[in-house]
Amino acid sequence: MKYLWLAAYTDIIESLRARWFMVYAMVFGGLIVILFAFGLAESRIMGFTGLSRLLITYIQLSMAMLPIFVLITTVRSVAGDREAGVFEYLLSLPITLSAWFWGRVFGRFFVVFLPVFLAMIGATVWGMAKGADVPWQLLIYYTGLLMALAWCFLGIGMLISTLARSADVAQGAAFVVWLTLLLFLDLILLGVLIQEHLPPETAVAIALANPMQVFRTATMMLFDPQLVLLGPTAYVILDNFGQMGYITYALLYPIALGTTCAGLGYLYFKRSDLP
Amino acid sequence: MIQFENIIKRFRRHQVLKGINLTIERGHRVALVGSNGAGKTTLIRCLLGEYICEGRVLVDNMDPRHNRRKVLSKVGFVPQLPPPLRMPVGQLIRFSASLCDTDPKRMVAVAGQLGFDAEHFHNQPFVKLSGGQKQKMLIAIALGRESELLVMDEPAANLDPEARHIFFNLLAEKKDRAAMLISSHRLDEVASLVNRVVEMDQGEIVLDDRVADLVDLSSRLYCSIRLIQPEDAFAKAVGEWGFSGSEGGLVWEGYIAGPDRLRFLGLLSRYAALLSGMEIVEAEEKESSVNVG
Repeated sequence: MKYLWLAAYTDIIESLRARWFMVYAMVFGGLIVILFAFGLAESRIMGFTGLSRLLITYIQLSMAMLPIFVLITTVRSVAGDREAGVFEYLLSLPITLSAWFWGRVFGRFFVVFLPVFLAMIGATVWGMAKGADVPWQLLIYYTGLLMALAWCFLGIGMLISTLARSADVAQGAAFVVWLTLLLFLDLILLGVLIQEHLPPETAVAIALANPMQVFRTATMMLFDPQLVLLGPTAYVILDNFGQMGYITYALLYPIALGTTCAGLGYLYFKRSDLP
Repeated sequence: MIQFENIIKRFRRHQVLKGINLTIERGHRVALVGSNGAGKTTLIRCLLGEYICEGRVLVDNMDPRHNRRKVLSKVGFVPQLPPPLRMPVGQLIRFSASLCDTDPKRMVAVAGQLGFDAEHFHNQPFVKLSGGQKQKMLIAIALGRESELLVMDEPAANLDPEARHIFFNLLAEKKDRAAMLISSHRLDEVASLVNRVVEMDQGEIVLDDRVADLVDLSSRLYCSIRLIQPEDAFAKAVGEWGFSGSEGGLVWEGYIAGPDRLRFLGLLSRYAALLSGMEIVEAEEKESSVNVG
């Protein structure tokens, strides 16, 4: 356990000094600033105003940006480190492969989640300073969803990093994965699939399997309880799960998917050439 | 201590190691030489348990892949190219020392002996150090602990002559207790450090020979050179070895590390036409003659 945390800590120190982290932190921090600057907290839509409105917008933007950022930064840095000889040297030190791999996963999770979380906390503090009511329940719920989404794509990123032998291949694969999941969002492809007489069960299964769609449905659920803004599968999902059931699913499924992907990545890592 | 038994390594269809059999005992200081693509780095990576290969690699009868902690805690590794680590020097020392269950002060002390003040560069990212400083840091991490096997890829290439001498002294302290595997493209770079030469070519061992072990790793030689005329290029070259000139740049005196003699003679050979006289003697011999005088 000591070595796992040591590896995690080292990865955090490495990442905090990396250029990608600066860009990543600036994007999410800048997003909050822009949302405030454009007076989003003062606008009203479907009864939502103040911080709730801002958080909803932030979370929707995060859904589009967080997965690709996590995927690209993970695969670039992990596969890049391997190419640059970092693995060759650090793995010549007496550390177990499990401590090394999972240490990197936990360290990286901390690093990718931190800016997103801090931006949200920053928005809350800013809102409180301006006298807005803080929607604590929404804040905790969205924090949980963001954690689940970040973990999910981190796991996928680690799997891609171990399978691809070069940073360029890893980056290309990560982009294809993200694009595929984006195409299978409810409103885009599922509508077309149903129009083409795809069995509804298949469409619903795709919606439930796509972590980006799961996140999207879950974030919209509180905002739009009847899910009228979403596509056709959302009705079925809501009918079958119920609100609490779906919230639980939306939190647990991405974590399970991310853990499975990271686990597969670890098994491959353990059985293959390291550098 | 180390056994390679019929090691075969393939990258897709390309066979990089073709059935390597090699045994290395404690006290062996092996020069692993060969041209690019000979398989030296691949063999080292198999030894470190970083590559999966056919055959068996054993370090004290343990497979380095399945007993990573036990095996690698005995191994000090210095790569040819320093890794681009962004972590600060202090963090790298703490990280390595914690993994190796050793006191970070030992690594700091070895770095200090080599002329690198690790405390001063405590917060400096490793990647921003100069080539020589990085090399000293990696050597300090490899030697500042209980390593019984030293695996080094051109370890002294970036070191200044004084640091090289100290490095050879540090190796001399370990020479009976440890095995050393020193990889290089050129034998003359490492010849005087080793007592055995293994040459690889296209994935096979083509030469495995014991060599005369007459050079004391910790020895020092006094050297005096007389030129037929002063020469700036020569002054600059020997100045880097810490030599000082007299008689208007005609006479140069200084000390060289014993294992560096071949390297130094290589340098002098470039200025052979300038030399009018030369003396090289064991430093102790010279000092005693001075005392008698």
